[in-house]
Amino acid sequence: MTDPSKTNVNRRTFVGDVLRGAGVLGLGGGAAALAVAKGQAADMVWQIDPHQCIACGNCATYCVLDESAVKCVHSHEMCGYCELCTGYFEPEPLALNTGAENQLCPTGAILRTFIEDPYYEYHIDEPLCIGCGKCVKGCTMFGNGSLYLQVLHDRCVNCNECAIAVACPSQAFRRVPASRPYLLKTRE
Amino acid sequence: MVANFCLKRLRSACGLGMLLAASGPALAVERFPPPDFTDHELPPTVVPSTAGIWVEYLALGALLIGLALAAHLALRSRSRRGLLALSVAALVVFGFWRGGCVCPIGAIQNVALAIGDASYLVPLVVAGFFVLPLVFALFFGRVFCGAVCPLGAVQELVALRPVQVPRWVDAALGTLAYVYLGLAVLLAATGTAFVICRYDPFVAFFRLSGSLNMLIVGMCFVAIGLFIGRPYCRYLCPYGVLLRWCSRLSRWHVRIPQEECIQCRLCEEACPYGAIREPTVAQTPDQRQRSRRQLAGLLALAPVLVVAGVWIGRGLDSALARLHPTVRLAERVHQEEAGEVEGTVDMTDAFRNTGRPPSELYADARHVLAQMRFGGGLFGGWVGLVIGGQLIAHSIRRRRTDYQPDRGACVACGRCFWYCPSGHEKARLTSETQP
Repeated sequence: MTDPSKTNVNRRTFVGDVLRGAGVLGLGGGAAALAVAKGQAADMVWQIDPHQCIACGNCATYCVLDESAVKCVHSHEMCGYCELCTGYFEPEPLALNTGAENQLCPTGAILRTFIEDPYYEYHIDEPLCIGCGKCVKGCTMFGNGSLYLQVLHDRCVNCNECAIAVACPSQAFRRVPASRPYLLKTRE
Repeated sequence: MVANFCLKRLRSACGLGMLLAASGPALAVERFPPPDFTDHELPPTVVPSTAGIWVEYLALGALLIGLALAAHLALRSRSRRGLLALSVAALVVFGFWRGGCVCPIGAIQNVALAIGDASYLVPLVVAGFFVLPLVFALFFGRVFCGAVCPLGAVQELVALRPVQVPRWVDAALGTLAYVYLGLAVLLAATGTAFVICRYDPFVAFFRLSGSLNMLIVGMCFVAIGLFIGRPYCRYLCPYGVLLRWCSRLSRWHVRIPQEECIQCRLCEEACPYGAIREPTVAQTPDQRQRSRRQLAGLLALAPVLVVAGVWIGRGLDSALARLHPTVRLAERVHQEEAGEVEGTVDMTDAFRNTGRPPSELYADARHVLAQMRFGGGLFGGWVGLVIGGQLIAHSIRRRRTDYQPDRGACVACGRCFWYCPSGHEKARLTSETQP
């Protein structure tokens, strides 16, 4: 004869074991199914679709980092190398030179170098860029749109909900696979 | 006028028509053909590589080690000091180093989004963060809460003058966490928002930056936490709800050793979270009769609460849908088209730039509204079920002959070990499930 209290304990333990087993299998299997579909597992990161971006300026202020993870990048192959660059100069510059009063960029993060007449090359000094998008707006409105904003992944802390994405008026932020973390503009 | 000025000095006249047409940032147009340089090479677009991904795997490893250590410290060595030290380490690693992201609490939303949106895959690290603490809770109780969660750690460290919250207040406020869980899952599954992340009270503190509002909310939680132990964990944390369920099934759990207990009640006094249950006294037949009738009444009431919840929840559809960015945009566009508001805003300008017809947007918004009607019903039903369930749970009496930690409420913080007169003996202090 077995001790009735002991059988009771065994039954409880058995039921507990069954529930736990089911729990582990369910949790593990469920998470694996949600994480791996079609044999693909993806690490996702945030990125801006440059074709949707309207350069509103929210990127500079809404990022959880003090200095935004969003900065301007330049597609030189699209650039017209204009002497009067509408991404570089204020709307009505006093002179077409590198004087601060002529520049659109609030931090002077665009370097302008002479190549050959009448072409000038523009280069983003990344540490100075704050991602305000002023140059992007100028370049997209009146130029080729070769200046555009991207989330730089050496800075982005990859928040689960990107604070800029929430504030983005054009819903230009989306999650992209970490294996291809940039949506770069090229000359089409 | 900007455009006119530009025209004077443009090196090419080809931009004329397009310049005048450009009313806002539109799709890239090649207004000025890029020059063909003979002796100048175009610099490539340089972007930094993704540095953060392997670090996330490192954090997942740290989570696993932290959980194993916490289980050992809570169940084997029963060391309050060790658990406290681990809390501080977790605060440094998951809080200050990782910036509080990704965390298991927020990972609920990724899982919900993956269920609601088939095209979204949960990143492996996030899936790991979601599952590991739950699996550990199935075996060892809420060791994650006790010593690995950075949000728990902040509150554990500031619980300096905790007062006991009356059991019924505790239970009533505890229902909020279930409601928050339901709401967060609904909003994440419909792709509306990740509210848990947005209203994380301590993330601004971890990063020492963030919105002022959330910093103030965080400070309020800290101030309340001085007197009421772990207010976020007990009354709001949605992940705590899941851990609670898993912990009830735990194979091993923090235990007050029956054979050594002298019923001094020091542990009950010391527990700031009201997790230690006192032995029950036998009921008189009269009382038993009454509680049975009460239970029968509540069992009958529960379905009514669920139905009422579904009905109310379905009525919340437009309020919930308005949280969705597409619906907000559609509403604004509609107002502008109908001339109810003056001028445009950034988001409607951006929408018009895409050239999509408003009718398409309205259809999307109606789809979200229908989703919210269904989801709102589920959410309301869930709230009804939770209220009914809580009432029933609190009218069921379980017999206890000793002081025992409540498996759901205990966060394995180890304060009771510290206060137990016989708690310093290390031997035979944990055991398998006892009735």
